[in-house]
Amino acid sequence: MLTIATGNKAVAAAVKAARPGVIAAYPITPQTEIVEQIADYVTDGDLESRYIPVESEHSAMAACIGASAGGVRTFTATSSHGLLYMHEMVHWAAGARLPIVMANVNRALGPGWNTWAEHTDAFSQRDTGWLQVFVGTVQEAYDATLMAFKIAENERVLLPVMVNQDGFALSHIMQSLETVEIGDFLPPFHLPHAIDTENPCGYGPMTGPADYFRFRWDIERSMRDARGVIADVEREFAERFGRTYGPTEDYRCEDADVVVVAVGTLGKEAEMAIDRLRDEGVKAGSMRLRWFRPFPDLDLSGRDVVVIDRDYSFGFGGVVAHSIRSKTGIEPYSVIAGLGGQEVTYNDIADFVRNRRPGEETWFGVSDHV
Amino acid sequence: MYEIRIHSRGGQGGVTAAKLLALAAFRDGKHATACPFYGAERRGAPVVSFVRIDDQPIKVYSQIHEPDLVIVLDTSIMDVVDVLQGLKDGGTVFLNSAHALEECNGTCCRHVDLTGIALAQDLVVAGSPILNTPVLGALAKMGIVTLPSVEQAIQEMFADERNVKAAKAAYEELKV
Amino acid sequence: MSGNRIAKLSLQLMTIIEERSVNNLSAIPKEEYLYKCTSACAGCSSSLCLRYVLKAAGPDSVLVVPACCTSVIQGMYPGTAMNVPVYNIAFAAAAACASGMSDAFATLGRETNVIVYAGDGGTVDIGIQALSGAFERGTNFLYICYDNEAYGNTGMQRSGSTPLGARTTTTPGGKPTAKKDLDRIVEAHNPPYMATACSAYPLDLYKKVKKALSIEGPKFIHILAPCPPGWRYPTEKTVEMGKLAVKTAQWILYEREFGKLTINGPSKAAMKKPAPLEDYIKSQGRFKNLSPEIFDLMRQQVEQNIQRLSREEAGVC
Ligand SMILES: Cc1ncc(C[n+]2csc(CCOP(=O)(O)OP(=O)(O)O)c2C)c(N)n1
Ligand code: SF4
Ligand SMILES: [Mg+2]
Repeated sequence: MLTIATGNKAVAAAVKAARPGVIAAYPITPQTEIVEQIADYVTDGDLESRYIPVESEHSAMAACIGASAGGVRTFTATSSHGLLYMHEMVHWAAGARLPIVMANVNRALGPGWNTWAEHTDAFSQRDTGWLQVFVGTVQEAYDATLMAFKIAENERVLLPVMVNQDGFALSHIMQSLETVEIGDFLPPFHLPHAIDTENPCGYGPMTGPADYFRFRWDIERSMRDARGVIADVEREFAERFGRTYGPTEDYRCEDADVVVVAVGTLGKEAEMAIDRLRDEGVKAGSMRLRWFRPFPDLDLSGRDVVVIDRDYSFGFGGVVAHSIRSKTGIEPYSVIAGLGGQEVTYNDIADFVRNRRPGEETWFGVSDHV
Repeated sequence: MYEIRIHSRGGQGGVTAAKLLALAAFRDGKHATACPFYGAERRGAPVVSFVRIDDQPIKVYSQIHEPDLVIVLDTSIMDVVDVLQGLKDGGTVFLNSAHALEECNGTCCRHVDLTGIALAQDLVVAGSPILNTPVLGALAKMGIVTLPSVEQAIQEMFADERNVKAAKAAYEELKV
Repeated sequence: MSGNRIAKLSLQLMTIIEERSVNNLSAIPKEEYLYKCTSACAGCSSSLCLRYVLKAAGPDSVLVVPACCTSVIQGMYPGTAMNVPVYNIAFAAAAACASGMSDAFATLGRETNVIVYAGDGGTVDIGIQALSGAFERGTNFLYICYDNEAYGNTGMQRSGSTPLGARTTTTPGGKPTAKKDLDRIVEAHNPPYMATACSAYPLDLYKKVKKALSIEGPKFIHILAPCPPGWRYPTEKTVEMGKLAVKTAQWILYEREFGKLTINGPSKAAMKKPAPLEDYIKSQGRFKNLSPEIFDLMRQQVEQNIQRLSREEAGVC
């Protein structure tokens, strides 16, 4: 069905289609609409899940862990401080190999309180063992959420997936949305290590260095396998529903001399900047990074690269810029922009390209070239 | 791309007006996005929302700085906010008012007393007249969306038939 | 006896004298610590309460505020509607942060009041662990929970303090479970002073804050704070709504000093002859279409509370 919806509503619609057994979530701006919409679905009988109105995010993730280990599909949604407050359980979910799906509506971190878009919340969870995907449109929020369940629950993965979207900039914007009849795209939930009283065993007991080390390696092995699984699921999705996704969304990159790399809505806004620059005769392209964990292999050789980071790792640099430097050996022009919802327009992005200085870092509107 | 900025006060339905407008444009077969700008304000504070309409898919997420059309649902906001800021040359202002703007300075100014229309239809919720459905009728008259799509959009979002009546009344009342 | 202790005792004496003199609103200090430029909703009673809390506490006070409506009503940086230092802190952390601050002031020999001003969600849900810890440790502070019975800041979702049957955005069919009895949880920590209050009785609130701040140790005040958008009633009815809550004995004003319970003024009469609960329920949109069964349960709850508190006051256990 074709309609228009916000990014939040799109996530809720995908969750409805995926029919989790248990949803446990806690409200926080700008994610709240997801929780409210799901509560509506459950109350109206449109969704037969059990919805657990927990008292905090730590409990939200803990409840998802219990439910997933118990053998049902689970979903939660959060943002910013909520994600940080559940951090201990975020690690736990991955370590326990539970295919939980979480929507995270990216938002800045306090103090001061700021409810607008920033990616530092998700990036601060990058070493937890969660897969992370970032979306750029309302449609993609829906599609990526559906695919997240299938990827997470694949037996070669069995790791949780976080679906990220920009707070307000996407969560509250209305765009067209086509919902699908998912049919058997999502098989019934099956967790090989679900709790089974016929086969009693301890879950997460004291573990010595040798076994512990092996368990960690297992996580990494699945992370590596996840690349192939993601590609398979995205291919199947395209075949069934006609919309194609990949580790990045590339726009006019083929012959580009300079490529803008950005995440989320800034990655879409960059496409407008590229059109402008092309009109001026600048051979520019853009690459919107979708998957952040596992981090994809990028082909950027021989081009200037301008990276926009809506995040920062203090004392180190922009997380995306440094990831690209370490993955490709390219010294990008690193632009830190949009923190706490700072307004960044396509004209600004075109300026980043025009004024680029590879190897340097700038804080848009705050510092000159550092 | 046609860009619209809506000024209202929190609780007056400016955000819903933006959503309805985008939905109506969408039902016209256009691409449309609606994005409210959320501050930390509570009910009664001035708020803006943005609507973009285009034949192409819309990739812009930033705020609208140079609108083609400015809609003012509550003219008392004009004392505190420069609603004309950035309005394009040849742009249009629409006011919820029985009177036109005193100084139009060359901009095209249109107006309809939406509050009066809402009150006449008894479209009042929690003491406030509903402005977001009648304004759609005025926008249809201005050719931004079509009247059938307005009717459809309103019916998709609201069950109460008076909303469509109010939109039609505003359509009739606007002089072009 | 330490100097601090003597200072506290003389303050207590002064408070008692002052309390006798402050028997009408005009006797409350004119100084404002919460200016008129808040970004609260029209008819917000919790900000009204904050105004009286600060008048009672005076300028040598710090407010510790977790995420809640009060984070917003202070206004946006660099502006502020507050004329005392406000320390904003993460949602779950207010009582623990106040513990640290209170001990820092003790170390420095400062008498500054440390006051937590937290919503019901930040108190009964995510913040209850920190609250319990601070009360058990005996932190010298005043914890005020203003209870609008939902998560106001995020647009009115249920909290543990939302009453049975109330509609919120996460309980669109009405909340299926009862309001968490926060006061009995706090009481279990045996604090030297705890009280209830209501925004419709500012003088009562003022006196309670004064008294609480004259006592050493962890003090607690639970204020019922009607909220027009959350409870869905017209803004101008905010005071009336608080009065109705007390007159129907849905909310009972009392204080418990070193374990001794006193029922306060307006609630004495209300407990003997409560106004019909319907008056309270029918005037709020959040209780629309309440089933007769739920309504009966609510009435029973009111009756039980009256009996429990009457027995306690009479010394019958
Ligand atoms: C860890 C964390 N989770 C969620 C939030 C979002 N949040 C901010 S305030 C709030 C509700 C506050 O409710 P309450 O304590 O009752 O205060 P009120 O807003 O009603 O004044 C929520 C859920 C947050 N800031 N931090
Ligand atoms: S939501 Fe309620 S408590 Fe919060 S500012 Fe508005 S009236 Fe006050
Ligand atoms: Mg509250």
